[in-house]
Amino acid sequence: MDLRFTDAQPTAAEREAVESVIGPARVDSHQRVRTASNLRIFAKGMQSVADRRHLLLPALEAVQSEIGWVSEGALMHICRELSVPPAEAWGVATFYSLISVDPSPPVVLHVCDDIVCRRVGALELMEGLEANGQTPNTRWLPSPCLGQCDRAPAAYIQRAGEDDQVLVSIDPRTRPIGPDGSVVAANGQQESPAAPQAGQAHLRILRRVGTVNPRSLDSYLAAGGYRALEEAVEMGPAAVVAEVKASNLRGRGGAAFPAWIKWEAVANSPEPVRYLICNADESEPGTFKDRVLMEDDPFSVIEAMTISGYAIGARKGYLYIRGEYPLATRRLRSAIHQARDAGLLGESTRNGVSFDIDLRRGQGAYICGEETALMNSIEGLRGEPRNKPPFPTVSGLFGKPTVINNVETLCNVLDIVADGGSNFASVGTPQSTGPKLFCLSGSVRRPGTYEVEFGATLGDLIELAGGLPEGRRLRAILLGGAAGSFVLPDLLEMPLTFEAASEAGVSLGSGVIMAFDQHTDFGDILARIAAFFRDETCGQCVPCRVGTVRVEEALARIRRDPQPGDLELIEEIDLAMRDASICGLGHTAAIALRSALELGLLE
Amino acid sequence: MTQPETTETANTVSLTIDGSPVEVRPDATLLEACRQMGTEVPTLCYLETLTPVNVCRICVVEVERNRTLVPACSRIAEEGMVVKTDSERVRHSRKMILEFLGSSVDLSAAEDEVGEWMEQYQADPARYGPQSEPTAAGERGRRHPGHHGEVNGRTAEGVHQPTKVDNTLYVRDYSRCILCYKCVEACGIDAQGTYAIAVAGRGFDARISTEMDLPLGDGACVFCGNCIGVCPTGALMFRSEWELRRAELWDPDAQSVTRTVCSYCGVGCNLELHTQDNRIVKVTSPQDHDVTSGHLCIKGRFGYDYVQNLGDVDRSSIDEVLAAARRPAPE
Ligand SMILES: Cc1cc2nc3c(=O)[nH]c(=O)nc-3n(C[C@H](O)[C@H](O)[C@H](O)COP(=O)(O)O)c2cc1C
Ligand code: SF4
Ligand code: SF4
Ligand code: SF4
Ligand code: FES
Ligand code: FES
Repeated sequence: MDLRFTDAQPTAAEREAVESVIGPARVDSHQRVRTASNLRIFAKGMQSVADRRHLLLPALEAVQSEIGWVSEGALMHICRELSVPPAEAWGVATFYSLISVDPSPPVVLHVCDDIVCRRVGALELMEGLEANGQTPNTRWLPSPCLGQCDRAPAAYIQRAGEDDQVLVSIDPRTRPIGPDGSVVAANGQQESPAAPQAGQAHLRILRRVGTVNPRSLDSYLAAGGYRALEEAVEMGPAAVVAEVKASNLRGRGGAAFPAWIKWEAVANSPEPVRYLICNADESEPGTFKDRVLMEDDPFSVIEAMTISGYAIGARKGYLYIRGEYPLATRRLRSAIHQARDAGLLGESTRNGVSFDIDLRRGQGAYICGEETALMNSIEGLRGEPRNKPPFPTVSGLFGKPTVINNVETLCNVLDIVADGGSNFASVGTPQSTGPKLFCLSGSVRRPGTYEVEFGATLGDLIELAGGLPEGRRLRAILLGGAAGSFVLPDLLEMPLTFEAASEAGVSLGSGVIMAFDQHTDFGDILARIAAFFRDETCGQCVPCRVGTVRVEEALARIRRDPQPGDLELIEEIDLAMRDASICGLGHTAAIALRSALELGLLE
Repeated sequence: MTQPETTETANTVSLTIDGSPVEVRPDATLLEACRQMGTEVPTLCYLETLTPVNVCRICVVEVERNRTLVPACSRIAEEGMVVKTDSERVRHSRKMILEFLGSSVDLSAAEDEVGEWMEQYQADPARYGPQSEPTAAGERGRRHPGHHGEVNGRTAEGVHQPTKVDNTLYVRDYSRCILCYKCVEACGIDAQGTYAIAVAGRGFDARISTEMDLPLGDGACVFCGNCIGVCPTGALMFRSEWELRRAELWDPDAQSVTRTVCSYCGVGCNLELHTQDNRIVKVTSPQDHDVTSGHLCIKGRFGYDYVQNLGDVDRSSIDEVLAAARRPAPE
């Protein structure tokens, strides 16, 4: 490969930021001045190039977070160091909404205007910010769901050179940026309150939330932490996989796929190098359950990953977390360090397990939650999903057999190992086993993450969240997220199990239960959902790239003055997106919309 | 190295396509299987000489027991597969894909088959409404992923924009780009190894771009023109062709193609010289040629002026227009 770079040089600060993630510069810019005219690097075979390509996103992220944007000089420096063609690096940088390739002020506020936030003041908040006019040191942008719907409205703040932060429960009348551009940090809390059920005796997966100090390994150990790993090592890897099989644990990330099938396939693979990925991208609008686990029980995520890695024979795991979760990121990083220092994580641990974890931050792309897009993102490519087959268990991260599981899925493994798979399977129904987290938001009195046993009904969950506020009647529920579907109150009796949902023609998705009352402007909600998919499609395949635009346009017509044929057009587009798109985003992009139209929610 | 013959591994895979049995070599794609039996499957992003990216989805077929349709160009044939290439579902998806492209991209210079498929699948791109206004030069190239502007549904949003004319050899008219990734692959991993262009941005704003959207000559491009050679829509075009089209003098019927061997070096690349009124108006190389697979270098592709530098002796009606192609910026 013969690469050519422009002359642009990084500033000292940019150089330092890059160095902090990829190590000292290897390309000596003093002895061989690399200029546009003379620079020709010949990389020895693709391998040496591929070796460091995976550092591209971390390097971009480092510059973004230290400097506030990625200049041409910084981009070229990264490209030279990692031997990445500049056009490709540009393609990667411009894929992510949290990376700016244009000069940016040091503080950028991403204000959520998604389904829940827009109903509790986000629009008012944005009008206020708009009225501020241009402010010198800050800028604000609208953002898709930030995973804080239980504490809406919310905003995520990027600060150059400082920790980023999240503002929640913002009072829309007191703007988070003053007219002089200063950030009113006091507006909105930052630390999450524990889940509403915290401390209740029946909890399994949430039992440490709010009761065990998430910053302290000692506290975790005192609460029985790392006993599951000990037991796993006693049993041996094959027995762990067998317990997971006996548990019939199904994926909590949305597709409800049996975990053991993936584990067994990778455990039995002839390929010695394997990977485990914990999918913590959690960007499905309305979903925030994994955040609660990661913020308030981070060690269990780390322990569960270690057990899983041990069981499938992976020595390395990646934890891919969405960029907009700074608190969870800090707590997980600290947990990883503490576990390493205590000999519970790393090349050789005191249990004899060899497994380490690399935490990677997403940079604002819902599609990177799709498993193969996530792998491409880690590899330093654009977050475009891959065509399947081959499946990740055969050819996943870096082309190696890979198990990828959701945070909640993995956290269940602790109890499966500790109490046995059949014990776990005795909870819930035969096809939907164990405890399950649901994310309650919208028109309920106590929004939050709730744990129930599979089998609880939709009505039970709404009840758990305190029912609807005074004077509000339930009009509809968005079940499963923006990729899920609307259902009417006549389904309140439906048990929330995979099989019951599937029989009713709906999906539990990522566990979203969003309640809407009689005052809801469904036209506005649907327009937002359509816009979301259009913004978040990777744009790779035609049915989804253009189909999401055409759906949005048809919906705009329907809202203004419905023409005969527009409804049918949406059905036709949906059919093509479901049939011909590459990935689940295209397959599900019009489902919620169609369900709402069919249920007459727009009338 | 020769592989020992093994009798255990099957030498063929049997499947059924549209009710007829067919045997193909292991690892053959469904597209190869279809072609082997003479069944036509439309393709846009697929080319024999490039790695399949399976993004256009026009080649989808129905395979029994698969929830969704599958791309024939990249799905490997499996023993016992039952494939339908012309079912209602297949026809519907192909029709919609053609409509999506036709309503967002200028297909007027695309390969002839595209028009034929439009008729065959009764695609009606016009039903999405009139085309949105073209965007200003450079605007799409700087779009940030995330929230987009107001949508009213009165027009069908497209990718129309001014043509990028930043050099004397070829132009990039991304109003015609269907984002098939062929040029990216030809420039990068599959042929040229230059990596001058890549896909940038996200979603409907995804586009082919150089780094920082630089003019071609300021980036890594070596002007081999291999991207032009693979572009199915005329988005990438010889400057000479573009100028002639602008002057309404481009006339394929009046053109002839002469096959010859490039005289610059000893590799022996075959050239196809397309001439109109005794002037070379573009150069291609046969895709099935062993040496080139359709790819050339800057000399073979663009270094033909010496052939027709005849001064005043021989004048051609298109000389004036071709002279315009030598000016850096368009008039
Ligand atoms: C567009 C899209 C976004 C997704 N986002 C997530 C996500 O944020 N978190 C997640 O766990 N799974 C997500 N998934 C599902 C993953 O592809 C994959 O099925 C999951 O990580 C597997 O883990 P599980 O079996 O434990 O659920 C997404 C899928 C699609 C199509
Ligand atoms: S379906 Fe959409 S998100 Fe998925 S690969 Fe295609 S364009 Fe990308
Ligand atoms: S002319 Fe050659 S080097 Fe330039 S962009 Fe096209 S394929 Fe790449
Ligand atoms: S410019 Fe041509 S070859 Fe490149 S992606 Fe667009 S249509 Fe395909
Ligand atoms: S955080 Fe705003 S909608 Fe989820
Ligand atoms: S030709 Fe198969 S997807 Fe484009």
